[in-house]
Amino acid sequence: MTDSHSHVAHQFDDLAQQQDASNLGMWAFLATEVLFFGGMFAAYAVYRTLYYDAFVAGSQHMDVLLGAINTAVLLLSSLTVALGVHEVKRGNNAGLTRYLLLTITLGLTFLVIKGFEYSHKYADGLIPGVHFTLDGPEHVGLYFILYFVMTGFHALHMIVGVGIMTAMVIMTRRGRFSPEYHNPIEVSGLYWHFVDIVWIFLYPLFYLIRVHP
Amino acid sequence: MKTAPEDVLQKNYITAEYGIRSWLLTRDHKRIALLYLISITLFFFVGGFFAVLMRLELMTPQGDVVSAETYNRLFTMHGVAMIFFFLVPSIPAVLGNFLLPMMLGARDLAFPRLNLLSWYLYMIGGCYTIYAMVTGGIDTGWTFYTPYSTGYSTTNVVPVVVGIFVLGFSSILTGVNFIVTTHKMRAPGLTWFRLPLFVWAQYATSVIILLATPVLAITLALLGVERIFRVGIFDPALGGDPILFQHMFWFYSHPAVYIMVLPSMGVVSELVTCFARRRIFGYRFMAFAVMAIAVLGFLVWGHHMFVSGQSVYAGMAFSALSFFVAIPSAIKVFNWTATLHKGRIEFRTPVLYAFGFIGLFTIGGLTGLFLATLAVDVHLTDTYFVVAHFHYIMVGGAVMGYLGGLHYWWPKMTGRLYHEGWAKFSALILFVGFNLTFFPQFVLGYLGMPRRYYIYPEEFQVLNVLSTAGASILGFGYIIPMVYLLWSLRKPRTAGPNPWNAKGLEWLTPSPPPTHNFDTTPVVTEGPYEYEEKSADDG
Repeated sequence: MTDSHSHVAHQFDDLAQQQDASNLGMWAFLATEVLFFGGMFAAYAVYRTLYYDAFVAGSQHMDVLLGAINTAVLLLSSLTVALGVHEVKRGNNAGLTRYLLLTITLGLTFLVIKGFEYSHKYADGLIPGVHFTLDGPEHVGLYFILYFVMTGFHALHMIVGVGIMTAMVIMTRRGRFSPEYHNPIEVSGLYWHFVDIVWIFLYPLFYLIRVHP
Repeated sequence: MKTAPEDVLQKNYITAEYGIRSWLLTRDHKRIALLYLISITLFFFVGGFFAVLMRLELMTPQGDVVSAETYNRLFTMHGVAMIFFFLVPSIPAVLGNFLLPMMLGARDLAFPRLNLLSWYLYMIGGCYTIYAMVTGGIDTGWTFYTPYSTGYSTTNVVPVVVGIFVLGFSSILTGVNFIVTTHKMRAPGLTWFRLPLFVWAQYATSVIILLATPVLAITLALLGVERIFRVGIFDPALGGDPILFQHMFWFYSHPAVYIMVLPSMGVVSELVTCFARRRIFGYRFMAFAVMAIAVLGFLVWGHHMFVSGQSVYAGMAFSALSFFVAIPSAIKVFNWTATLHKGRIEFRTPVLYAFGFIGLFTIGGLTGLFLATLAVDVHLTDTYFVVAHFHYIMVGGAVMGYLGGLHYWWPKMTGRLYHEGWAKFSALILFVGFNLTFFPQFVLGYLGMPRRYYIYPEEFQVLNVLSTAGASILGFGYIIPMVYLLWSLRKPRTAGPNPWNAKGLEWLTPSPPPTHNFDTTPVVTEGPYEYEEKSADDG
C-alpha cells in the first residue's frame, strides 16, 4: 500500500504526496500568520493616519543603526537558510548543519540586539504601562505600544524559529535527511523567511518615519 | 447491495486498542472526533445551564432569581461557551474530523499529530475558561467590547480571553488540516466537482477559519495588553479608539457566523439527497454558493456597527454588501427544495432535522435582511429581535444541522442504530420548543425590549413566559437524544455498513470502520449523489 521508503507516513501514498501536503500546510499556516500580523498592521495604519505627528516624534527615539544592523542580520540569515536547503539537496549534510547553526547564531544575534534596544527603551522611560516618562505630543504612547506589541510578537516568532532550527540540527545529526527526503528543512525555511519578511516591513514603519516622512 | 458481509472478527477503530492511553495519544481522526464529541457536548450543557438560569430569571418582570451582576455573567458565559466552545468546533471537529478523510477515500487527515494537538489546545483553552467561569466569571458580553472590558469590568476578562486565544489555534490547526487533506488526498477519480457538498462546506469553513481566526487572536491579545498594562489602544480615555476594536472583533466574528452555519448546510445537502433519493439540484451552484458565502462573509462585518458611530457611508456599503449574502443563501434553500420536489422522501429522523434546518434557517435569513437594512436596524439594534434572529441561524440552523448529521452518521460512528420512534419524537419536540422559545422574542424585540436586561416592563411578561416555556421544552428535547443515543451503545453492532442505502465513500466501509478506513483505496467514477438510477433498479 505504501512506498517502502520509511519516511512516508501511513496516511500518504508516496513521498511526493507527503511533500506536497506539508508544503501546502505551511503555506496555509503562513496565510494565517499574515492575517495575525495584518491585524496589527491595520491598527498601525489607522493610528499613524490619525496621529502622524506623534508617530514621527516617537520614531525620533529609535536607534536606526541597531535596527539597520538587525535588518542585515536577518537578511543574512535568510541567505544561510537558503544555502542550507541547497546543501541538503546536494546530499551535503555537514554543509547543512553548518548553515543551520549559522542561521541559529544570526537569529540569536538579532534577539540579543533587540534585547539591548528594549532595555535602552526602559532606561529612557519609553515603555507605556511599565515605565513611561516621555513628554511628547498626545498619543505618542500609541506609537510605543504598537512598537512593543509588533516587534514583541515578531521576536516571539524568532524564538520559535530558533527552536525549530535547533530541532532541524538534531534531526540532521541523526541522519534523517537526504537529497530525496528533506521536506522538514524546506518547510522550516518557509517559516523562517516569513518571519524575516515581517521584519522587512517593521523596520521602515517604525525606524525610518523620521528619516523620510 | 454491493457491500460485502461484515467480518465480525475484524477489528474496528474502537476495538483496535484498549486503555485510556490509546485514546489520549491516538492519532486516528475517528477517535479524535469522538474525543471532540464528548468535550463539546459537555460545553453544550454548560452553556445550556446558563441559558436555563436566564430564562428562569426572565419569567417575571422583577429580578428575583439572580442579581443584575449575576445576570450579566450568565449571558456572557452562555455566549462564550456556546459560540467558542460548542458551535465553532461542533460540526467541523466532530463530523468533519470523522468523515472528511472517509469521504475523500483517505486513510487519515494529512497531519494526524496536529489533529491531536488541536484537541489538546481545545481542552487547555476550555479548562482554563471553565476555571475562569468558576472563579468569578466574566460580564462583558461575549463581544468583549472596550472600554468596558479593559477599564471597568472587575471580572475575569484576561483568563477568558487567554482561553479563547488558545482555542483559536485549535480551530486554525483543524482548518489547515482540512484544506490540505481536501487538496492533496482525494481518491483517484475524485475530482473537485465529484466531492460531496459536505466536503465543499468543510473546505469553505476552513478557509474562513484560516483567515479570520488570527484576527480575533490579535484583537484579544491587544485587549489583554490594554487591560494588563493600562495603556490606550482601544480605550478613548487613554487615547485609543473603541471603534477599531469593534472593527477588528467583527472582522472575525461575522465570518464566524458562517463558520457555524456553513458546515450545517453541507450536512443538510447530504441528508436531503439521501432521503429524497435524488441527485442534488444544481450541484455546481451549490458548491459555488458555499464559496460565495465564505467570500462575502468577509465584507459585511460593519453591519454589526450601524449605530457605533462608524461613517454613514461605510454603513451604506456594509448594508448593501449584506444583502448580497442573501443571494447564495437563497440559492441553497431553493436548491434543497427543488431536490426534495417530486422525490420519494423517506421520513427518517435525519431528514426531519434537515427540514427543521431549512425552515428555521429561512426565517433566520429573512430576518437578517431586516437587520441589514440601515433604517430598520437603528430601531432593532440591541433588542430581542437580534437575539431571536441569531438564535434562528445558530440554534435553528447550526444545531439542527449538527443533530441531523449526528443521527445520520451515528450508525457509521458506533455501528449501532438508535430507537427511531424516540428520535423522531425528539426532533419534533426540538422544533416545537425552539419556535416557542425564540419566535416570541422577535415580537418582544419589535416592541422594543432591549437585550441583556434582567428586568423588563410588565407588558412583556406574557411573551417572556411563552419563551421560558419553550426553553423548558427545548431543554427536554436536548436531553432525550442524549439518553437514547447513549442507550443505543448497549445494543449489538447491527447497523451494517450502509443502513440508509446512502451514496458516499464513507458508507463503503464497515460500521464502525477499521482504523485505516479502507482496505483498498476506492476509485471514484461518478458524482456524489447518483441515487436515481439506483432507485429505478430497486423499483
